[in-house]
Amino acid sequence: MAPHTNPGADPLNLWGNAREGSYVQTGLDPGLEAERERETHTERTDTERTAQTASVARAQRAAHAADELQAESAVRVSAVSRAYAGEDGAPVRALTDITLHAAPGELLAVVGPSGCGKTTLLELICGLQRPDAGTIECAPAALMPQRDLLLPWLSAVDNAALALRIARVSRAQARERAAEMFAELGLAGFEQARPDQLSGGMRQRVAFVRTLLSGKRLLCLDEPFGALDAITRAEMHAWLMDALAREPRTVVLVTHDVEEAVVLADRVAVISPRPGRVVQELEVTPARPRVRTDPDVVGLREQALAALEQGSAR
Amino acid sequence: MRSRRRAVETLPAVVLVIVLLGAWEAYVDLGSVNTLVLPAPHEIAASLWNNAGLLAANLRPTAEEVVLGIALALASGFALAIAIHLSPMLRRAVYPLAVGSQAVPIAVIAALLIFWWGFGILPKLVVVTLICFFPVLVTTVDGLATVDPEQLKLLRTLDASRWQVLRFAELPAALPAAISGARIALTVAVIGAYIAESQTATTGAYAGLGHEINADLTALQTPRAYAAALVLFVFAIACFYTLALLERRLAPWAHRSRGEHR
Repeated sequence: MAPHTNPGADPLNLWGNAREGSYVQTGLDPGLEAERERETHTERTDTERTAQTASVARAQRAAHAADELQAESAVRVSAVSRAYAGEDGAPVRALTDITLHAAPGELLAVVGPSGCGKTTLLELICGLQRPDAGTIECAPAALMPQRDLLLPWLSAVDNAALALRIARVSRAQARERAAEMFAELGLAGFEQARPDQLSGGMRQRVAFVRTLLSGKRLLCLDEPFGALDAITRAEMHAWLMDALAREPRTVVLVTHDVEEAVVLADRVAVISPRPGRVVQELEVTPARPRVRTDPDVVGLREQALAALEQGSAR
Repeated sequence: MRSRRRAVETLPAVVLVIVLLGAWEAYVDLGSVNTLVLPAPHEIAASLWNNAGLLAANLRPTAEEVVLGIALALASGFALAIAIHLSPMLRRAVYPLAVGSQAVPIAVIAALLIFWWGFGILPKLVVVTLICFFPVLVTTVDGLATVDPEQLKLLRTLDASRWQVLRFAELPAALPAAISGARIALTVAVIGAYIAESQTATTGAYAGLGHEINADLTALQTPRAYAAALVLFVFAIACFYTLALLERRLAPWAHRSRGEHR
């Protein structure tokens, strides 16, 4: 896949057309890979280099272990930068030189302060934007946006089945499959309710079912629990883990809540304020289900918080 | 319970009408104005009673013009709005014309309409549709564009085609807007039917309430003209609430999110 060139464009190349990068949807080209690794090792800070090396090692591990299907669901974000035009027309650098990786079946949490370009990152992974520089390799991803964005004219079950309907599954079949998920996620009895009749937590669950039923192996969750109260959020964490245990997917979860990240994720990437960079990557190993008061979890949380503060202080 | 609540809701309108009618009656009875210029309410009521058959027969063609005209305007306005929504070029080409068409006095094209379609209902239907089509077009074009950009992004990640975005998001979003447009159009549709009947000649016994009003005014049958106007008045209100009911039926979500439910 040849890089797009865009001569004569403005220096920051505001609206798409990757300048020196290409957007790779699936599959890894070993030659290209090696070349990029060499590139990325040249001019990085120590923290980033450590993260980079770790991610390479993990990628190799994953490559050995994974079968073909699984390999498709990995995410590799390499040296990606993205800027867009701000309200006054001046360019805003949302992300600079972001490198991230999630192995198949992993849950990668991306933590950062508000406005660090987390949503931009997810839109890049979902192919809704193109990077100005760098590459993104991943399977087609399903997005669960920050707001549930349920369609007010559809019942809960029809909202959940939207992806199936778009894939031209018959209405009856789509409803049947969505209704099965409803039972599993504690939404039974609310199939025919309209979105405005559901509580915030239920709406989020319906949105999650919609994301799952897209059939994509990569899910991008954008602060899915941000608007919920603490108790509902804890419940949602439990059933998310449950749902993923039943149907493993690779997940990129964006959140500003460090504790949420440490409780849920296999790996946490801490991002600095805009322009977002990776400040630190943490491997989260404690066994699930994790309790937020577990000393290991607390330790990791403090580590992530420290990284967050360090990133903001610069 | 429900009927009692409804009675309470309609009470203010009823009281207002009674007060206005009383003032009107007093104004005429005290001899302030010639009854050929302004008949008293009781004269109008008597005329309405005596000419019920005639007025009902004349209501029929007018009602047909209004109802069919609104339906045609809804269909054509909705269709053109979708076309304009999908094609910026068409928007640039058609929108100025649609706006301009509203400024053309019907009298100017009346002769042409008769030349094309004769003395039947068709030229009148065209006039009503022409007048009503514009509010439907404008509200629908706006309605189609109200879908949240984030929603469109979401649909893209679910691999929705352009047609599916239209079907699942944009059309339902535009539906209540189109019906609102029709409700606005309705107020001009009745006037439109009157103008159409005034401007285009007609053959046959019952030519419509507009025709009747003009004939009565010329013959100094003022109470009957007022009675005919009253029939139009009630007919317009009935149509308006029928459309409101239709909107509730077709787009219950819009009704609810506006917080109108009690």
